[in-house]
Amino acid sequence: MTVEILQGYLILSGILFAIGAAGLLLRRSPLVMLMCVEIMLNAANLAFIAFARYWGDMTGQIFTFLVVTVAAAEVAIGLAIIVLLFRHRDAADVDDVNALRG
Amino acid sequence: MIAVLWIAGALAVAGALGVVIAKTPVHSVISLVVNILALAALYLSLHAEFMALIQVIIYAGAIMILFLFVIALLTARKDPVERSEGKLEGQRELGIVAAVTGAILMTAVALSAGFGRPVAQEALPSGFGSPAAFGRELLTTHILSFELTAFVLMAAVIGVVVLVGQRKL
Repeated sequence: MTVEILQGYLILSGILFAIGAAGLLLRRSPLVMLMCVEIMLNAANLAFIAFARYWGDMTGQIFTFLVVTVAAAEVAIGLAIIVLLFRHRDAADVDDVNALRG
Repeated sequence: MIAVLWIAGALAVAGALGVVIAKTPVHSVISLVVNILALAALYLSLHAEFMALIQVIIYAGAIMILFLFVIALLTARKDPVERSEGKLEGQRELGIVAAVTGAILMTAVALSAGFGRPVAQEALPSGFGSPAAFGRELLTTHILSFELTAFVLMAAVIGVVVLVGQRKL
């Protein structure tokens, strides 16, 4: 694996992260925003695994595993909050939700 | 490696764009599955076999099913379509500008930073990225993070039960 290939993976990771960030900024549906956060986490994971291969060190892969765990926990909590929002006020647009107060 | 990077990379970018562009949440989920499977292929090309498996099982399996369940639960009544106009002025233009700027900055850093010397293919430890090597590393060197993982998952389970569990009236 040469430096050029590592740079290719890093640029791909950066592009995916930017797409996720763009989605987070542009969309106002809470479900899609949560999916965009997943894209950003996955982009960071790709960079971790590319560096793990480049340096021959497993620590990057271990960190990716932790990120996946945190993502799973975050999705569970985030979806629970979204379900509550829909239940309480039929909010489909995050612009309608400017306070988490009941 | 280069061919995998181009093909799977293009698929990953297409999937990510699909998530952002799709009008209905179900289409976003399907695009995200494409993105995740492409990333699993990229992980395989980087000698991360176990992480590729985890990516398919946990992301494409568990997390996406969770999303689909919530979409089925919430959008059966009414479609959560965004209003055409947001409250924020110039949200679309400024958002695109910010994202493109971020992509350019990250590309510039990736092209200019020094990364040290790579490890050659034959110099990799035997079984690099395999489940056995991964498990050994996780349960010896990184045992504390493993325990923290269990703690995070438990906190998430308790949080979900407290948030959406049935309350007695």
